[in-house]
Formats: sequence, C-alpha cells, structure tokens
Amino acid sequence: MDLKEFLHMGGYAGFVWTAYGLTTLILVANWWAARRKEAVELIDARRRVRFQKESRQ
Amino acid sequence: MWTWFHKLASPPHAYRILGRLAPWFGWPALVLILTAAYWGLVRAPTDYQQGDAFRILYVHAPAAWMSMFIYVSMAIAAGVGLIWRIKLAHAAAAASAPIGASFTFLALATGSIWGKPMWGTWWVWDARLTSELILFFLYLGYMALRASFDDPQRADRASAVLAIVGVINVPIIHYSVEWWSTLHQPASVTKFDKPSIALPMLIPLFIMIAGYQFYYGWALCRRLRGEILSRERKATWLDKDS
Repeated sequence: MDLKEFLHMGGYAGFVWTAYGLTTLILVANWWAARRKEAVELIDARRRVRFQKESRQ
Repeated sequence: MWTWFHKLASPPHAYRILGRLAPWFGWPALVLILTAAYWGLVRAPTDYQQGDAFRILYVHAPAAWMSMFIYVSMAIAAGVGLIWRIKLAHAAAAASAPIGASFTFLALATGSIWGKPMWGTWWVWDARLTSELILFFLYLGYMALRASFDDPQRADRASAVLAIVGVINVPIIHYSVEWWSTLHQPASVTKFDKPSIALPMLIPLFIMIAGYQFYYGWALCRRLRGEILSRERKATWLDKDS
C-alpha cells in the first residue's frame, strides 16, 4: 500500500490520527505517572526510615 | 493456607512480588498494543459504511471496556478491603482509580472524535455517553474523596463505600443502548449469538483488549508499589532490599 494513501485514511486522517495520537499520549502519560509516583514514594519512605533511625540514636 | 495468604499480603512481600510481576505485564502489553494498532490501522479491511473512520473503534471500544472492567475490579477490591479489613485490597482499589479514569477519559475522547464524522456531532446527551461521563465523574469523585482525608484508613473506608455504590452505574452503561433509544450503536461483540462483526475486523479488537488488560496489570503493579510505600510508616524492610 502506498504511504500517502495510508496516511490519508480515506479522508478521515485528522480524526483517525488524533484518536491514535491521543491514545498513545494517555498510555505514555500513565506509564510515566505510575513510575514517577513509585519513585517519589520510595524516596519519601527511605527518608522516613532514616529519620526514625536517627531519632532513636 | 491463611498463613500463606497473610505472608502474601504483607507489605514487604507484596512489594517484592509486584516488582517482579510488573515486566511480565509490561512487555506483553507493549507487544499486544502495537500489534493491534498495526493490524487495526493497516491490515483490517476498510468498512463499507464508515470508511477508514471505523479504525478509531480499535482504540475506543477496548478503552470503554477497560473503563468498566477497572471500575468493577476497584469496587471488588474496595469491598474485600471493607469486609476483611485487608489494607492491600484498599491499596489496590486506590491504585486502580487513576488508571480507570484515564481509560474512561480515553473512551470519551476517542468516541467523540469518532462521533464527529459519523454522527455529525462531538457530543450528544444520550444514555450511553451520559452514563460513561458519570463513570468518569465517579472515578474523579473517588480520587477527590481519598485526597480529602489525611488518615489513609478513613480514606479507605469512605472511598470504598463510594466505589461500591457507584457499581450500579456499570450495568446502566452496558444496557443503556438497549433500555433507551440511543444514538450509540448496540453491542456487536458481547452478544450471546454470533458477533455481528467480520472476523478480520474483530481480531485486532480482541488483541487490543488483551493489550490494555496487560497494560492495566503493569500500571497496577507499579502504582500498588507506590501505595504500599506511602502507607508504610516504619518500613525498615526497605533497608534490606528494594
């Protein structure tokens, strides 16, 4: 199939590519947010542990 | 058996297991979603009525399905947490909400993008669309309610009630196309007799649903690890390994 025709999507290019682009965006954003939340919580939890240790000494 | 169960649900154990499980969901999700996108965009034949615009349905319908699946999972987790007082179940419910909200938003947005060329409008206050919008607000309400408590245990209990009550909306969404005359097309896959879509058009739909499911599994593992950490006040086990 010719690439130009494929990208044209039978005249619905704007709709089809926006929908797929948005899907990609949401999935990637979720991936990033989940990883970030985990990393932030890990730093916080480690800090709490260190603080508790220090206050005990 | 109960000791095994308690060991599994103990924070350090669950934290480690989830970390090991995540890639087993993540990689299949990536492969399945890319395969489905390729199949749906390139290989599936053009629809004789909708032209190429029907290809939007490969990202729309699975997202709509996930929005309901995740809500039910979230409500079940919240119910388990409420009845058996399992903190990990509450954490799983809390971790599911943002993922579910994303899929609901995706279903609404891609549906709207499909609706413009097909129905001639971005939005109608039709039963299916309105009930799906309510689902989105339920997710947002659930997250807002959780955020309004400082004490995670009180947040767990209050939000669990909301999640369980909100389940009533899921069958309403599903049957809305039968109960009311709506603009949205009725179910064409989940019917008791034969689905009314041709097989080459159906396969990428199923691959995409599988891909989204694995994606949810991956995101849940990651977010649940974050939830476990945020709830642990004396996480001395973090020193040993992570």
